[in-house]
Amino acid sequence: MMMILGVPAPLLFGQVLLGLINGAFYALLSLGLAVIFGMLNIINFAHGALFMMGAFCSWMLLNYVGIGYFPALFLAPLIIGIFGLVLEKTIISRLYKLDHLYGLLLTFGMALVIEGLFRNAYGSSGMPYRIPDMLQGATNLGFMYMPNYRGWVVLVAVIVCLATWAIIEKTPLGAKLRAATENAPMVQAFGVNVPRLITFTYAGGVALAAFAGVLAAPILSVNPNMGTSLITTVFAVVVIGGMGSIMGSVVTGFGLGVIEGLTKVFWPEASATVVFLVMVIVLLTRPRGLFGKSA
Amino acid sequence: MFGFTRTQTIAFLVMLVLIALAPFFLYPVFLMRVLCMALFACAFNLMLGYVGLLSFGHAAYFGMGAYITGWTMKFWHVDASVAIALGGLTGAILGLCLGYLAIRRSGIYFAMITLALAQMVYFFCLQAPFTGGEDGIQQVPRGKLFGFIDLSNDMTMYWVVASIFLAGFLLIHRIIHSPFGQVLKGIRENEPRAVSLGYRTDDYKLIAFVLSCTLSGLAGGTKALVFGIATLTDVNYPMSGEVVLMVLLGGLGTVFGPTMGAMILMTMENYLAEFGAWVTVIQGVIFMVCVLAFRRGVIGEIGGLFKLKL
Repeated sequence: MMMILGVPAPLLFGQVLLGLINGAFYALLSLGLAVIFGMLNIINFAHGALFMMGAFCSWMLLNYVGIGYFPALFLAPLIIGIFGLVLEKTIISRLYKLDHLYGLLLTFGMALVIEGLFRNAYGSSGMPYRIPDMLQGATNLGFMYMPNYRGWVVLVAVIVCLATWAIIEKTPLGAKLRAATENAPMVQAFGVNVPRLITFTYAGGVALAAFAGVLAAPILSVNPNMGTSLITTVFAVVVIGGMGSIMGSVVTGFGLGVIEGLTKVFWPEASATVVFLVMVIVLLTRPRGLFGKSA
Repeated sequence: MFGFTRTQTIAFLVMLVLIALAPFFLYPVFLMRVLCMALFACAFNLMLGYVGLLSFGHAAYFGMGAYITGWTMKFWHVDASVAIALGGLTGAILGLCLGYLAIRRSGIYFAMITLALAQMVYFFCLQAPFTGGEDGIQQVPRGKLFGFIDLSNDMTMYWVVASIFLAGFLLIHRIIHSPFGQVLKGIRENEPRAVSLGYRTDDYKLIAFVLSCTLSGLAGGTKALVFGIATLTDVNYPMSGEVVLMVLLGGLGTVFGPTMGAMILMTMENYLAEFGAWVTVIQGVIFMVCVLAFRRGVIGEIGGLFKLKL
């Protein structure tokens, strides 16, 4: 068996792949957080809860309506996105004139409500979601066996991240969005409907979280707590990357996932804390984050 | 001496009388829980209400204080006063280390960093052998205070807890009304200006943070002694959320708000315990209502109604 640094190669690559998958979730979630923060100046604490709702939505579609994985990949983000749209219109939009901290507190309250309701309805033990038949099994890559579903998650996540980047950086809509992030009143003066832009930005960020939730459903068990355990790590990722650039969030997300995976191989005890340790190092050396603009 | 206005003096005396009479009408253990959480909330208010920095990880200092007090009582058999002081010291040291990192950013980032650092402490507690993992440190003896006051009696314990709470409460009040406290408020209102006046704002923020963490550790240690238990619940993030809620509900930046908030929330939890997971939902709803319609909190609203500074 091939060995790398005293570790069997398949184990190493396996953990790197797992790391990439976690990284995919980090990237999708921190991307959504960054986009929402840019427009709304709010850190969406409910992001983890909405990620969880995405997973539950796909589970419900399968078990109550009989709609399978692939349609759910589009439907769940759409449904949760509409939910986010309603949230923004009815509740969050009342806060824009207040200190940023109130947004954090409000969305924290929303997360508690959403998770509490799901815990009441479904308990906290978690429900399995079967990997779709098409993506069952594994492929021999020569140096390791890759479970097809895991490869699929990484591939799709990368595509969605790139698509989001392209929309924001390369389309007229994205140009308006970036302009409104810089100076909303000015953009409004040019006749752009900024409040609507804000609403759809929030819905879009939420849809990204829900999309990640659907991807996660077959890997993590679908349970009401799946979001919160992830969101604190995602916050650390956001601090490390800084929220200035889209590509920055994506690269940081995947990178930290891989670092976490490698830590599982070489120093298993630290795997839960390594992201936070990286955050400490970044804070000491480059407080504004790797890709952040100056404070 | 403590910078109370006349209404505040009256309110303080009312609180004093209530604390003195309450154990004769209500269950002392419940009251001790309220007082511990009230001290925790007052300590937290020092940061959020007077420096304007939202720390979303105060459970780390509270919980670590609880662990250290519990551990030293159970395995080193130290005096109760030493154990509680060590709880406070733990909060101070941890606050100094993590605060040094966190104050490098402000606003929303400060909240995220403190949360992430607290989560790191949580994972540490989950894995470290001395915390007892999921079981926590159980059956912590209450022991003796100063070698001769036996704390196993609930009433004796109550007077001790009440004294600790009052000492902490007055200390915080003294800090806020000292020249140091005035600078903190100045930083809250306009940090660049404070810098331009020559204040090293980072130092001020860090000192305030350490003070807040010390008192949080003290509150956690006292709680561990009262209930004889220190668990992961004390150090996990819902506890951080709870203390934010207490302060928000009672009134941000008010003197009596955090105590009031702790009282309301603890009473609520006491009566709602049988509803299980609904408690989380109700807490979440209170959070949202407070932020949307009730930002001054109970004490803030009462003060506003009668034009008093409470």
